[in-house]
Amino acid sequence: MPVSTQDVLDLVRAYAGVVAENRDYLIQLDAAIGDADHGENMDRGMKAALVKLDGETSATPSDVLKSVATSLITKVGGAAGPLYGTAFLRAATAVQGKDTLEPTDVVAAITAARDGIVARGKAEPQDKTMVDAWTPAVDAAGAAASDGGGVRAVLEAAADAAEQGMRDTIPWVARKGRASYLGERSAGHQDPGATSTALLLRAAADLAGREA
Amino acid sequence: MSVGLVLVSHSARLAEGLRELAAQMAPDVAVVAAGGMEDGEVGTSFDLVLAAVAEADGGDGAVLLYDLGSALMTADLVLEVLDDDQRQRVRVADAPLVEGALAAATTAQGGASVDAVAAAATSAWGREAEGPPPAGAAAEAPTPAEGAESAEPADGTVREVVTLANSLGIHARPAAMIVKEVSGYDAEVLVGPPGEATADARSVLSVVALGITGGQEMEVVGRGPQAREAVDAVVDMARDGFGEE
Repeated sequence: MPVSTQDVLDLVRAYAGVVAENRDYLIQLDAAIGDADHGENMDRGMKAALVKLDGETSATPSDVLKSVATSLITKVGGAAGPLYGTAFLRAATAVQGKDTLEPTDVVAAITAARDGIVARGKAEPQDKTMVDAWTPAVDAAGAAASDGGGVRAVLEAAADAAEQGMRDTIPWVARKGRASYLGERSAGHQDPGATSTALLLRAAADLAGREA
Repeated sequence: MSVGLVLVSHSARLAEGLRELAAQMAPDVAVVAAGGMEDGEVGTSFDLVLAAVAEADGGDGAVLLYDLGSALMTADLVLEVLDDDQRQRVRVADAPLVEGALAAATTAQGGASVDAVAAAATSAWGREAEGPPPAGAAAEAPTPAEGAESAEPADGTVREVVTLANSLGIHARPAAMIVKEVSGYDAEVLVGPPGEATADARSVLSVVALGITGGQEMEVVGRGPQAREAVDAVVDMARDGFGEE
């Protein structure tokens, strides 16, 4: 089944819930190698996104994504604001004008999100950032769609790959962001940004699964 | 009117403290602090930075300086939403925040273009020298003497040695005064200890870095059509103790 505007609204609500549940976990991960604000920032941003969405009418999936982008950009002070804000903004542009999203649209949205994050943060693969969750997810989602997979298959492939990418960051030494100041000491810790990305894609896959 | 500055920091107090410091050296420049979130929390606020750009840019443009990577992302995002007209006169400078802001502020005070102000900020990394010293500047130095001493070789280079009359010598404020003064002349001016006048008098950081203290001598070397006027002006200020005791 293609993704409706309501589905995207449900995803935002679901992700806000997941972030709230994992707020302390994300803070813990960030405290180890960053400035311990990722959980709080994401929670604040997603709560603000819900408030904003409640006060407006979204006609298309793109409208929802754009609204979330604005909330994240204006309400999140850490790097997550500009990064996820850009991701949602680019995803919104990628599916602009569409009332529902087919599997290839979902791939286009995830790809645009990843490209936006790379453009904004200038991180390379294996810098130990959220890019390390996004890029495998983009590749896996694209492959699943090429194999004729539906939205659920595409999102599950993306979520699985993002989680693997997230775990892959553990041994790496950070080369971007606040964690890079720690040098070798950043090794042995899972990247918080890659984690919040894996949570987002898992929340999307779970929703798609529920509706199947 | 001059180019304005926006100081983007995760901390409101950091940005405000730096604004205070920069404003002291560049009283006519719009230096706007955009630190922290609206509620004072640590972070960078898109809305605050956007408002700060509007305040700093009076038509001649603005240069943004930032403290950490995510502040750069916020600054870049703000640039993306400016209208094309304004975006063309706004720069984000890759510079050390404190030194870059002071270099940019004093350069803006001298009425420089937005590109020159951004370049001044970037030059604060000290990665490149601020223009080569004239050939043989050190070798041809006159013998230090009491008070000021004149020498005017045939090549048009003007040299003076002056004893700094104020007790603190060359600190940030006198350095800014020198930079501002020589910006008004068509001349290349170098300052330094006698025999080692290699610091560009248009770079506040280079001048401060000399560390010449009160009572010590400073050599001023000028070259160009208005070398004499420029050197005399600097010598007069130094002899006057930069208006300090």
